[in-house]
Amino acid sequence: MTETVFVVGIDGSDAGERALAFAKDRAKAVGDCTIVLCYVIEWSPFSFQTPEENEMRHKRREEEISMAHSRVLDPAVAETSKDGVNVIGVVKHGDVAEILDGLAKKHEAAQIIVGRVGVRGLRERVFGGVTGRLVASASVPVTIIP
Amino acid sequence: MKKLLTAAMFAALSPAAAAAQEMSLEDKVNQVFADWTGPFVGFIFRPLPFQVGGVDFPWIVMWLVIAATIFTVYFGVIQVRAFGHAISLVKGDYSDPDDAGEVSHFQALTTALSGTVGLGNIAGVAVAVGIGGPGATFWMILAGLLGMASKFTECTLGVKYRNEYADGSVSGGPMYYMTKGFKERGLPGGKVLAVVFSIFTIGGALGGGNMFQANQAHAQIEGIVGDFSGLITGVIFAIVVFAVIVGGIKSIANVTEKVVPFMGIMYVVCALIILLVNYDQIGWAFGQIWAGAFTGLGVAGGFVGALIQGFKRAAFSNEAGVGSAAIAHSAVRTKEPITEGVVSLLEPFIDTVVICTMTALVITISGVLVMDPASGNFVLNEAGTAIQTVDGSSGVQLTSAAFATGFSWFPYVLAVAVVLFAFSTMISWSYYGLKAWTYLVGEGQAQELAFKIIFCIFIVIGAAAQLGAVIDFSDAMIFAMAVVNITALYFLMPIVKAEMNSYFGRLKSGEIVKHKH
Repeated sequence: MTETVFVVGIDGSDAGERALAFAKDRAKAVGDCTIVLCYVIEWSPFSFQTPEENEMRHKRREEEISMAHSRVLDPAVAETSKDGVNVIGVVKHGDVAEILDGLAKKHEAAQIIVGRVGVRGLRERVFGGVTGRLVASASVPVTIIP
Repeated sequence: MKKLLTAAMFAALSPAAAAAQEMSLEDKVNQVFADWTGPFVGFIFRPLPFQVGGVDFPWIVMWLVIAATIFTVYFGVIQVRAFGHAISLVKGDYSDPDDAGEVSHFQALTTALSGTVGLGNIAGVAVAVGIGGPGATFWMILAGLLGMASKFTECTLGVKYRNEYADGSVSGGPMYYMTKGFKERGLPGGKVLAVVFSIFTIGGALGGGNMFQANQAHAQIEGIVGDFSGLITGVIFAIVVFAVIVGGIKSIANVTEKVVPFMGIMYVVCALIILLVNYDQIGWAFGQIWAGAFTGLGVAGGFVGALIQGFKRAAFSNEAGVGSAAIAHSAVRTKEPITEGVVSLLEPFIDTVVICTMTALVITISGVLVMDPASGNFVLNEAGTAIQTVDGSSGVQLTSAAFATGFSWFPYVLAVAVVLFAFSTMISWSYYGLKAWTYLVGEGQAQELAFKIIFCIFIVIGAAAQLGAVIDFSDAMIFAMAVVNITALYFLMPIVKAEMNSYFGRLKSGEIVKHKH
């Protein structure tokens, strides 16, 4: 039997934690399973920037990536690994829905698991929209954890 | 004020004009400054020793157009050959997904565009059409198309020879390709060119990229709310610019970033709607442009007058060959410098061929230019220097009047657009000036802060005072940048050609392929 892959999106929020917890349970139940844990930094190549922002962009990008690793991804990866589940951690810039679906295709994942966030703050509003778009565009089943 | 604007746009105010006015403190400053800088300004805008078609022809216009033509021929009409590829690059078809989060081609292009799209497209075109008639549009389009090759050359070099620092930030522009490129080719004088270029860039940044903009913005606001002190506009502008460039208040920059492109799009959409409503006249307008390009249709100086105006305004508007864009484009992260050159050739196309042409068509169709129905020629004003307009306006006001024939509320929108365009141009030029400054005095926070403070002080001066001669001098500075920059480009163009042949060879052989997204 080939290995089952779950792609899980996390963003440091409780919803992301719940998604990961669900994924771990499923992974243990399935057995031979790998979780691809992804933190997406929202970014568009079609935004408008000042010259100064452009100049510093490379540096900022490195900072964003290292912060995502140290604050969110690396602890989550360590914990998942400690629970005895195979895990791969990824930080990427771009559109959440596109990136998660892209990873699912790349790893031939069985499903994508994300947390649903209430529509309280603006950031969550954006994330909520993203969940909807992911469902509409994904090429594999999507599980949304309330 | 109107007189100042017109004079500044012609960029040919003589020191005598300042002396003719009453000698207030402002006038004294003007006088002293004009006496000091007059010879330099006179040199930059000096006509050729012979007349062309009975008209004086400024050599600087010839210099820019000849350079653009040489680059066009030398690179085998790159603007046509690589146009489709440029659009693919901007769309991100060739961007490596692993580089996501870096400056994209689209971002480098729009950043550079926000520095060039502005008053040149709104006021400059009105001046060109007002003096040279619709025929000036033909020459403007031609100059825009040729200028694409100049941009391609300078932006490729800008990326190729930029400095990348240990902290990951980058600095690029003509001063870097002058020193590094000349050294690589074993040529002397690169350092001298770089220093001279940097001095002119600082002058251009404080003048054309700052005082002129502040002045125009104040004039627009005055046009809506009535006369008030420019000091107020200047101080407000200075505070906002200070907050962005020194305080790093991103929210203001973010708002501008969103609003300026929106304004640009809105401007084009309004022009398109006016053209669609008058679709039956578009053919006639192009007929006027075509006929005027070769006969002048009665304008001062005939078709040569139209040609000079068209070429001059195109150069003022898209800055091809000036070297400023090379600074803006060098921030892009790419393994292939030539790709940024290819992308940059869209800049004169969007700026001049699309936006300027729209303005010109609207002005032509709106009927604000007075025409003699019997002869089909334009009626000149009393002085015989420009075409008579229905309300006697010129510059921004003429564009405003032309658009108002379609939408009565347009002048208000245009005033907001002019202010925002002026603001974004200032932000861009503060950066160009800063890069030249740090090249001369060295990088460091104290040095950068010093320039930024000077820059903000000049905003107040620009908005408050009628420093015609100062503004004139700064315009001359921007063109002086082109003299130095194009000289360097002639020596370095074989490097660009080698890059171009290598890249397009690999593209053709299939070594460089599109990334699947």
